[in-house]
Amino acid sequence: MSGSDPAEIFRQEAQDLLEQIEQGLLDMSNRPGDRELVDSVFRGLHTLKGSGAMFGFDALAAFTHHCETAFDRVRKGEVAATPALVSAVLAAQDHMRALAEGREAPQSVGDALLADLRLAVEAAGDAGAPEAPTPELTTFIIRFSLPADALVNGTRPLPLLDELRELGECAVRAITDQVPLLEALNPVECHLAWEVVLTTSQPKSAIEDVFIFVIDDMKLEIEVQTPDVVASSPSIDQPQAHPLAANEAAPAEAKAARAGDTLRVPAERLDELMDRVGELVIAQSRLEQVAASSADPHLRAVSEEIERLAGELRDTMMVVRMVPISQLFGRFRRLIHDLARDTGKLIDFSTEGETTELDKTVIERLADPLVHLIRNAADHGLEPSEARLASGKAPTGKITLGARQSGAEVIVTITDDGRGVDRARVRAKAEEAGLVAAGATISDDELLQFIFHPGFSTAQAVTSLSGRGVGMDVVKRTIENLRGSIKMTSRPGEGSQIALRIPLTLAIIDGLLVRVGEARYVIPLPAVEECVELSPEQDLRSTGRSFITLRDQLVPFIRLRELFATGQAREAHQKVVVVSTGEDRVGLVVDQILGDHQTVIKALSGFHADVETFSGATILGDGGVALILDIAHLVAAGQRQDAQLRAAG
Amino acid sequence: MASILTVDDSASIRMTIKIALANEGYNVVEAGDGAEGLAKAADGGFSLIITDLNMPVMDGLTMIRNLRAKPGNSGVPILFLTTESDVEIKAQAKAAGATGWLTKPFIPEQLVRVVKKVLAS
Repeated sequence: MSGSDPAEIFRQEAQDLLEQIEQGLLDMSNRPGDRELVDSVFRGLHTLKGSGAMFGFDALAAFTHHCETAFDRVRKGEVAATPALVSAVLAAQDHMRALAEGREAPQSVGDALLADLRLAVEAAGDAGAPEAPTPELTTFIIRFSLPADALVNGTRPLPLLDELRELGECAVRAITDQVPLLEALNPVECHLAWEVVLTTSQPKSAIEDVFIFVIDDMKLEIEVQTPDVVASSPSIDQPQAHPLAANEAAPAEAKAARAGDTLRVPAERLDELMDRVGELVIAQSRLEQVAASSADPHLRAVSEEIERLAGELRDTMMVVRMVPISQLFGRFRRLIHDLARDTGKLIDFSTEGETTELDKTVIERLADPLVHLIRNAADHGLEPSEARLASGKAPTGKITLGARQSGAEVIVTITDDGRGVDRARVRAKAEEAGLVAAGATISDDELLQFIFHPGFSTAQAVTSLSGRGVGMDVVKRTIENLRGSIKMTSRPGEGSQIALRIPLTLAIIDGLLVRVGEARYVIPLPAVEECVELSPEQDLRSTGRSFITLRDQLVPFIRLRELFATGQAREAHQKVVVVSTGEDRVGLVVDQILGDHQTVIKALSGFHADVETFSGATILGDGGVALILDIAHLVAAGQRQDAQLRAAG
Repeated sequence: MASILTVDDSASIRMTIKIALANEGYNVVEAGDGAEGLAKAADGGFSLIITDLNMPVMDGLTMIRNLRAKPGNSGVPILFLTTESDVEIKAQAKAAGATGWLTKPFIPEQLVRVVKKVLAS
């Protein structure tokens, strides 16, 4: 992709703007009177029109102009933002997207959309009286530092910042570069400075009043931020004569100031950087080994320094790659809107934990599975309103998309309050497919897991919505490829929940390096609960029944030596590494625990795609290779062994 | 609740301050001059000290200097009352270690506003 082609830059910007417009419109269906939303949509349309004309997207500019005019009337309070009007603009927004992306967008389609829009505007024409104009807002940039003895003399920075916050919307940044090193630091002196971007209707003197007691002794700069971007974007015809034009620039500026500190980088460059960091981590662990076997203290010091830096670099890199899951969740609101329309069901969609952060690659690869799961929830999970009323539920079905971090994993849940899974039908399907013998007893959990089996669909009719190629088995595989797991719970008549457990990042994990026979393996550290000694007595006693007793609980264990058929005599001091997937635990018997190891994961080749015991490989500091154990798989195997042994008595 | 010490030789001013701040839920302790104020605040324990400057026995500036010299009172906000909106007095008081001031005469609302300004909530 070219970074300097203006048309390409515009296309990217247009995508963001259209996103902003779409979000605003969707929010508006819940909060029709919200001025900020109306302003946000209007600003989006306005900028889209202006920039479009500037970069030669004339058709887009002309089309957007009509929508902007319609929305200007909403903004001025002349027409109400009725659902019909919002829908008309939403439909028009799709057309704009096509125009911006240079897809085929016939004039006739555009004209039809505009005709709909006109009708909607006319129907919405008799809105209430316009609201009182909002007071004029100014954005100030305030930089201040307090005298060194301020803290001793009873001046506290926090109440000052709180007072600034009371004046208006405020973004505060502490400037720490004057803070001396620890040895030179006098803890009662104030070395911090602050930069505050404040958007307020108050005059500059109100800001000075905040600092009244210290203003003579401190450094204080107050600048008015001059509006540019929004106000100066060219319009096609209509000069911006309306009185609000000047005001709207200020808050937009405040946001722009914050956005100015961010940088857009193509994702592949981040991936390259990540690869380099990975190589560095490997090189560093080689250095560490060399240094460890050397008597040269300087070499050791440098090695330790490099280790620290590499670790920090890795952590920083991780943070750079983390993006909030709201990016992903935001996309589904449109999906729900369309699903509700197509199914004729009433759907109340809500999201939780949108600020949860995940690796960018993981977020992208979660999109398709989630689309499928949400479609399923809307299509198969939720009942039509009449059926819901008949079973004593509220007519509107609920779908909740949630995310939360739990250790080194993020748990994403899709919950609906629909009819739940029909066990009888799943059972019938499973028997038909030969997955389970007729009449065999299986647990409810196991029954539900059949849903993820290839070619398993309980829907009697494949609808246009859910029957689109990917099945739950594909969803499951995608999640497992992310080193995650999927689990369904469901209560008949009350609803279902699908929980996805996804590791925070794909590239690097902390691992526990162990030895079994001659070979070394890595166990992902977040899965490790504890390590215990397996004494020879215990070892002998447990032959045949592989359990150890841990604080009165029986934990099944797997002898990796046997699993990997090392063919060597067992060693005297074996260790049990107890790993868990959250619910279930299993012990892994190893010969030696070598220590923790930062692991850059290298995927196994396609040739080994069906190997389930290992999730990848890594290169060790001495150049050797260690395989990374797939804990989810091993725990499941351990639990199966547990079940068999219990069944066998 | 935060304890506030008010140091003033005028009982009526002390009363005004006490009533206004007690209404806001603060616990108010009184002292009649700088020496008494210094004695009561010597070991710290107050969230805020409000003091007059012209007082018998020990004046406000001396009291502030003495308080700041004691580790227990480092960082405690000290407000002084002043009838003069005199720059000179303010500079002296701040040099002595005062945090801010309140100009007499004041109404209770002004007092409460200034107290809340310097007290971290």
